[in-house]
Amino acid sequence: MTFAMLPRRKTRILALRYVGAIVLTLIFLFPVYWLFMISFKTPDEIYHVPPLWVPGQIQFSNYYVLFKDGDVVAIANSLIVAGVSSVVAIILGTLCAYSLARFGTGGENLAMWIISQRMIPPIAVVFPIFLIYVYFGMVDGFFGLILLYTAFNLPYVIWMMRGYIIDVPLELEESALVDGLNRWQVIWKVVFPMVRPGLMATSVFTFVFAWNDFLFALVLTRTEVITFPVQLTHYFGGQSNFWAKIAAMSVLGTLPIFVAVSVMQRYLVRGISLGAVKG
Amino acid sequence: MADVRLSGVHKYYGNVHAVRGVDLTIKDGEFAVLVGPSGCGKSTLLRTIAGLEDPDQGTIAIGGAVVNDLRPRERNIAMVFQNYALYPYLTVKENIAFGLRARKTPEIEIRKRVSEAAEMLGIGGLLDRHPRQLSGGQRQRVAIGRAIVRKAELFLFDEPLSNLDAQLRDEMRTEIKRLHHEITTTMIYVTHDQVEAMTLADRIVLLREGKIEQQGAPLELFERPQTGFVAGFLGSPSINLIPAKLVATADGISAAFENGGTLDLPRSRAAALREAIGRPILLGIRPQHFSRASGAPLREGVISYAAIADLIQPTGTRTFTTIKIGGVDAIAELQAHDVESHGERIELAVDLNRAVLIDPASGQVIN
Repeated sequence: MTFAMLPRRKTRILALRYVGAIVLTLIFLFPVYWLFMISFKTPDEIYHVPPLWVPGQIQFSNYYVLFKDGDVVAIANSLIVAGVSSVVAIILGTLCAYSLARFGTGGENLAMWIISQRMIPPIAVVFPIFLIYVYFGMVDGFFGLILLYTAFNLPYVIWMMRGYIIDVPLELEESALVDGLNRWQVIWKVVFPMVRPGLMATSVFTFVFAWNDFLFALVLTRTEVITFPVQLTHYFGGQSNFWAKIAAMSVLGTLPIFVAVSVMQRYLVRGISLGAVKG
Repeated sequence: MADVRLSGVHKYYGNVHAVRGVDLTIKDGEFAVLVGPSGCGKSTLLRTIAGLEDPDQGTIAIGGAVVNDLRPRERNIAMVFQNYALYPYLTVKENIAFGLRARKTPEIEIRKRVSEAAEMLGIGGLLDRHPRQLSGGQRQRVAIGRAIVRKAELFLFDEPLSNLDAQLRDEMRTEIKRLHHEITTTMIYVTHDQVEAMTLADRIVLLREGKIEQQGAPLELFERPQTGFVAGFLGSPSINLIPAKLVATADGISAAFENGGTLDLPRSRAAALREAIGRPILLGIRPQHFSRASGAPLREGVISYAAIADLIQPTGTRTFTTIKIGGVDAIAELQAHDVESHGERIELAVDLNRAVLIDPASGQVIN
């Protein structure tokens, strides 16, 4: 349907809606725009009064400094920690979810108990975990963070994947069992392709959780495995804030999430809406 | 190809005793249909043969070998499901080849078998489509194709036509029958539809509450049911069951109805029924055993009966007419134009040679 086909009153309402949507989008996008602009500005331009909407010229010195000083290692650390913990949580969580969905493991209440673990506020457990990690020498290492993020993400993955797996018609699996596959092959060749949108959506959320976590990373790291959110706090000083570095680092830190969401957008929409109607 | 033997098979779901000691032998190359009302255990029995359920008791043998401890994939069976069970992310070709790939069949052999099956089922032009692009009938053809290419010893069908509309169901029924003639593999087919059972089966196994009520050739079950349940389950419209009492008359034995009317039973059956005189019975007369009396002399065992046509249901080929016998409604299946209007008085010939007499207490047929 085109505008020309609509009655005049409806056209006006539709136009108003578009205007409203555009204004809201601009408001929401402005901080992002400002962040990007600051990252390309010189210190003079950053503190210029009145503020400059666009820098005089696009320059990458703020980024160059991050690479030169080795600050970008924090991004790599975050990628490793969030990536590995997401993959492990997805694999283990999906297998657990399959067991819950298909074999009724743990009876009716286990699934609810598992998701209730996700509701524990991180602040309530971070110091006991810190003491345990100190005891086992796991502070300031990849393994400790990966283990923690995996543990925190598992309940979420299990809960979400259980819902998606229940939705896969049982006959598809039974047919495959009769046709010659074993249970592992059924999971790999039938269940995984069927739950792919849900799997992708869940992966993105687990990755984002680990990527954005500040509290655990702050308490459990020192100098060796500093992640991106912790690295950012180093630029806030008592005397002054390094806005150029903050902006450039934030842009770099946003990129992986932006790429992940863009690539998986079509799965995300389906996956989230599927998850929305699950019990 | 293989025969199937079930001995003393029991299956429980919690407190529900779904299959209660089934003994069944299906011969090599036979087309057996497990039929019965919902919850009679027919699908459970089929799934037990497939290995998708484990029997709690009893043995299952395929081709002479006990398969209780074998997984479904080790039983060399192929199964067609009610909801087609096609993988939506694979094309028709890949769906059909799925089982062959799972068994590491050489690619050249896969291609040959897929094209043979596609040709046999008339789906050659659909091979590159996805299941969502197919109609219900085409999807079921693909599901059957997936079973055929496996060249399994035993084919299992779990209500494969239930999701199709009436016309497609008729078409597919014919195709499945033709398929059995062509590949002559042992087939076990589950349905709740007695028309499917009658038309497809070499042998019908009629189940009730987890037990075999009767088994045999379709016409044998239809014409010589052993219980009232079998008589009532097979046939459409259902057999008319009229409460009566057997009474002795000067000429032989009659069925006396509660409203005072009587019908003389054939003299040929008198000897067999003598012991039941005085007992209540259900007189079972199939709608097909009524006809419009032509005025010609009636043969032995066929009586004339005057009735008023109540409801008239023409189907085109035949007309179902509701009449009263012994004060209860009964359906007579007549020629299309035998009766024209409601309230019409019609003279009928009723063939009581083929009537079924049932003991209402035990449900058994009185022979």
